[in-house]
Amino acid sequence: MRFLLIEDNKQLASAVVDRLMLDGHVVDHAPDIQTAYDFTATTDYDLILLDIMLPDGDGRTFLAQRRNQNSRTPVIVLTARSEVSDRVGILDLGADDYMVKPIDFSELEARCRAVLRRRGGEARNLLILGDMSFDSLSGTLKVGEHTIQLRARELRLFEILAKAPGKVFSKASLMNHLVSYDEDVSENAIEVYVGRLRKHLQNSNVKITTIRGLGYKLGIE
Amino acid sequence: MSAPVAHGSIRRRLLLSLLAGAAVLAIVVYFVVQSVARQVAQESQDNVLAASALSILDSARYSGQEINVDLPYSALSMLDSISDERVFYAIRLENEFLSGYDELPEADGTVAGVPAFRSATFLEEEVRVASVRRRMSTDIGQSYLQVSVAQTLSGQKQTLARISQTSMGIGAGFFLVSVLLAAIIARSTIRPLDRLTVSVSRRGPKDLRPVAAPVPSEMVPLVASLNSFMRRLKRSLTRSEDFIAEAAHRVRTPLAIVRTKAEIVQRKADNPETRTALREMIHAIDDSSRTAGQLLDHAMVTFRLDHLSQDEISLLRLVQEAVERLRPISEMKEIELHAIGTEDSIIQGDPILLQNALHNLLDNAIKYSPAGARVTVALTRHNDGGEIRITDTGHGFPEAELDRLTDRFARGANAESIVGSGLGLTIVKEVVEAHGGKMYFENMPGGGACVSLHFPLP
Repeated sequence: MRFLLIEDNKQLASAVVDRLMLDGHVVDHAPDIQTAYDFTATTDYDLILLDIMLPDGDGRTFLAQRRNQNSRTPVIVLTARSEVSDRVGILDLGADDYMVKPIDFSELEARCRAVLRRRGGEARNLLILGDMSFDSLSGTLKVGEHTIQLRARELRLFEILAKAPGKVFSKASLMNHLVSYDEDVSENAIEVYVGRLRKHLQNSNVKITTIRGLGYKLGIE
Repeated sequence: MSAPVAHGSIRRRLLLSLLAGAAVLAIVVYFVVQSVARQVAQESQDNVLAASALSILDSARYSGQEINVDLPYSALSMLDSISDERVFYAIRLENEFLSGYDELPEADGTVAGVPAFRSATFLEEEVRVASVRRRMSTDIGQSYLQVSVAQTLSGQKQTLARISQTSMGIGAGFFLVSVLLAAIIARSTIRPLDRLTVSVSRRGPKDLRPVAAPVPSEMVPLVASLNSFMRRLKRSLTRSEDFIAEAAHRVRTPLAIVRTKAEIVQRKADNPETRTALREMIHAIDDSSRTAGQLLDHAMVTFRLDHLSQDEISLLRLVQEAVERLRPISEMKEIELHAIGTEDSIIQGDPILLQNALHNLLDNAIKYSPAGARVTVALTRHNDGGEIRITDTGHGFPEAELDRLTDRFARGANAESIVGSGLGLTIVKEVVEAHGGKMYFENMPGGGACVSLHFPLP
């Protein structure tokens, strides 16, 4: 997915950019409102992360302008603690959610997913594989006429496997992708989630196969 | 806070100075009235004595070889009219005694036709003497005929005593009126100070606006320095809040950067040992970040507790907002989160602190519950207040922990014991107690932890 981060603190921005890129997202970084306008004029984003205090103005101005232009791109506002009392105003201006700095990355990931799911995705987020379609935004798996709502960990695992069909992922590397979820995602837990995914896919020609000693891969029968 | 040391009282000092002034004035009034009265009494007596002496002198005739003095009736009767005084007279030609009382003293230094007066003692009584003389032409040539008239002073003394009594009454009355006036003046002088005190002490803890009400010019410097003090206090309070936020940012952002870098390396690492090490590192960073966040939250809470605001807060909205806010996180952790109960209670307090407290409790419940667990926030209303119960279907508090939690909070938390998993609960406890509420821990019969918060209604 494509994110726009509008944040003037370089350290924080680079951490957010790195973190989102790690999850396979494309992130543009605008250090001020003017640059943000330049980016949004040429690119459609799936989600915008917006700081309030920017060197060339108030992030809320940017937000208000976006909403006046009927832009539907969801916006998550990053506020300093002292601005928390303005949160009602921020939401009234059309922000989809807000986060208090300093940012917790698990929380950021959770909020991005929640906002994206609420807003509904566009067709380009739909992955079609065999007789199955997968919407990573809403977290739904569609096999024939049957729609299954995936739970967070299943969704995360399936995303990884489905992005590279045929590629073998070790249990350890899958565990790594779940690091923000829990303190102790064990290899057994991975087996449990894979088991659940297999159950969801039982009527599909898409299967998760175990490569003994190596890990799992997703493929069409 | 120690009470200010009182040194003297403006009201008392003002009252005492006014009373001292009034007392001096009253005494002066007493003496002035008395001496004027005495003088007036004496002058009128002198006038009568002089008139009497002159009328005797006027009746003196020189015929042939002798001087005839016909004592006119009016001369003595006019003296009688004053009071029942004894009257004496003496008539002398040069130094030769002619008639009356030989021993009667006379006023000296009399010029012809002008009466002279003196006070003297005669026959063991105080008397006032008036003497007049006139030049007479006789056979032996020019000589002076001198008439002295005297009157005792006992009646006049009585009058003077009466007058002095009256003037004492006037003085005392003057003093009493002054006391009343002084009390009124002292009160009205102090009133602007009282008004200032009331207007400052009635303020809420966060009301640091300058005093705008007009004050007497003498109090302007005091109010000006009070205003400047409040301005400085406000600035330093704002600075403290900014500092806490800045510190949180400075501590957690680098940790977030390190964490991201570690994650990047971890995904690229092939060696399982490196991966395990990096995963442990990531969890350690998460813990540090969380603890740092909670310590700074604790600083923020402690800071705000000192200046607790008193807004009206709907517990229902508080619960709903907190649940909505944490839903994305619970979804990610695959934990069901709901709010039940619709009966609202309105309490007074600081919304940011209460949100923080509830957020902490829900965050804890979500963090310590396994995937698939259910966290329920139940709001109920009792006669004496509102209750928020947070229950989960996790493992519950370990029994030892349960006792320790209650025990530690009963003893009062110290820095060593609050850092760690209990810090979040310490924050909650402090917030709840600052709002007059109570926090209870228990384990549910079917497993799972329950934390309940009781808030009294205002």
